[in-house]
Amino acid sequence: MTEILDSTVFAASHIAAGGGELEAGIRERRRQRARRERIAAVIYPIGMLAALIAIWEAAARLFSLPPYLLPAPSAIVRSMDANSAVLVKESVTTTLEIVLGFLLSVAVGVPLALAIYLWRPFARAVYPVLVSSQAVPKVAVAPLFLVWFGFGLLPKVLIAFLIAFFPVVINTAMGLAALEREKIYLAQSMGLGPFATFFKIQLPNALPSIFAGLKISITFSVVGAVVGEFVGGQGGLGYLLLIANGNMDTALLFAGIVALTVLGVIFFALIGLLERLVLPPHAVEHTSFGRETM
Amino acid sequence: MGANTIAAEDQAYLRIENLCKVYATRDGEVRALNDISFSQRRGEFLSHVGPSGCGKSTLLMIAAGLLAPSSGAVRVGGRKVDRPRTDIGIVFQNPVLLDWRTALGNVMLQAEARKLNRKEAEARAGTLLESVGLGGFEERYPHELSGGMRQRVSICRALIHNPDHLLMDEPFGALDALTRDQLVLDLQALVSERHMTVLFITHSIAEAVFLSDRVVVMTPRPGCIDRIIDIKLPRPRTLAMRETPEFAEYSRQILDLFLARGVLREH
Ligand SMILES: Nc1ncnc2c1ncn2[C@@H]1O[C@H](COP(=O)(O)OP(=O)(O)O)[C@@H](O)[C@H]1O
Ligand SMILES: [Mg+2]
Repeated sequence: MTEILDSTVFAASHIAAGGGELEAGIRERRRQRARRERIAAVIYPIGMLAALIAIWEAAARLFSLPPYLLPAPSAIVRSMDANSAVLVKESVTTTLEIVLGFLLSVAVGVPLALAIYLWRPFARAVYPVLVSSQAVPKVAVAPLFLVWFGFGLLPKVLIAFLIAFFPVVINTAMGLAALEREKIYLAQSMGLGPFATFFKIQLPNALPSIFAGLKISITFSVVGAVVGEFVGGQGGLGYLLLIANGNMDTALLFAGIVALTVLGVIFFALIGLLERLVLPPHAVEHTSFGRETM
Repeated sequence: MGANTIAAEDQAYLRIENLCKVYATRDGEVRALNDISFSQRRGEFLSHVGPSGCGKSTLLMIAAGLLAPSSGAVRVGGRKVDRPRTDIGIVFQNPVLLDWRTALGNVMLQAEARKLNRKEAEARAGTLLESVGLGGFEERYPHELSGGMRQRVSICRALIHNPDHLLMDEPFGALDALTRDQLVLDLQALVSERHMTVLFITHSIAEAVFLSDRVVVMTPRPGCIDRIIDIKLPRPRTLAMRETPEFAEYSRQILDLFLARGVLREH
């Protein structure tokens, strides 16, 4: 395929005008196909989801399941409507924890990765500890954070950070280390200094990997914030879940889960958007499948 | 004969003197190059041909000042090389393009690194890309180009600053035969237009004979110089020339050396 392209390209560039039109036609068709694929990628999962919800609704009515076990989707929607003010208020609390936890992960994770990459003794000392520290179940540390930091915003942010910063460190360090020797040689032969090499070649080279880390990290931040609220919450969606659970208000429980899911999806999409803005289009398309399934 | 050699030495642009390179690896030392000496005149197209693993890439990287030799020296215009040379253009076996830059952007990296005048460099980059058949592809990203086209971009990147010395490490090794032939022809045209001095590494005998003024035949590892063969075919060389008895004779000479060294075996 590339070979055919290669020779047609040669022909095209030497024939000039006629070849140009052919080229444009091929590009236009490719664009259309890409658009169809994009639309299909949205429509199919939405259709699937709609079908599942319809089946759920039908089953709940047909077998008249007790609502404290499995409320019908319509009941969940009613509960969301009735509790919208609470849901919004608790979402704001949780959002703040997620965002702060994530930002802290980036603010600590990226410099840490840089230090690990640039400074060998530091890497030797820190990297093994960092990796083995991941064996500690971080959720189990949450109660400790309450003892240390109380019941406010801080412990939740710190738990979110604790869970979310590791993928940032690992992916950033891996991205920086993945620079091929030839690229370094190339930079040296061009007389490019270490600073310029870093910003012109190494950092952009690492960006896809860094973004993969950020996407995992934002998802983990959501988990961290909810865990924090479970353990010592006075507010937030995690706290709402606990309350709903205690009241056997399963519809509200589901409403909270929906709100959390929506939050998670929005944050993930925001990182994806940022990635699209920063990286050239193909780099995103090439790697996104593998990453978004993580 | 003696007077000739002295004259050649006087004209020497690149001189490699008793070069050895030993790599320290986990299972002991690997001697990649053993006592290599040769020189290259200005404007000469010099190829190294040898089996894979005989140290060709190592030699080129040392000649570029990118690797330090274990012993011996590289001199350019009489001056000893002790840091990465910036008077060169370099082409690797892989194109080594930056995915996030267009074809033009990749060529311009060289110009940016050297702080060349942007307008002039862009015009020259356009001309270069045009001359290798990439007119109209300036704004394409590497993933939109075929392997051959990518390697053409990397050759343009190595030429935009009009380097004194072009170093190429098996630049066409990853391409199919047809694309290879085209690129060999393109390279010949580019080089003769600019009177370039080229140090060219290949494992293809035909490529070496076709392009070179002299071919350095290397032995298997540790790489030594087996023989240096003058190629006295008229220029410009054409594809049809590959079928001539003279061309065949040069190829056979190199082949015989490979057979004698056990690089090739005729069972
Ligand atoms: N960085 C390195 N460390 C250890 N051994 C190396 C290194 N680079 C090359 N070698 C060894 O040196 C020999 C020559 O390598 P190279 O110069 O790449 O040969 P060629 O380009 O002719 O295939 C090979 O045996 C290779 O394994
Ligand atoms: Mg090699």
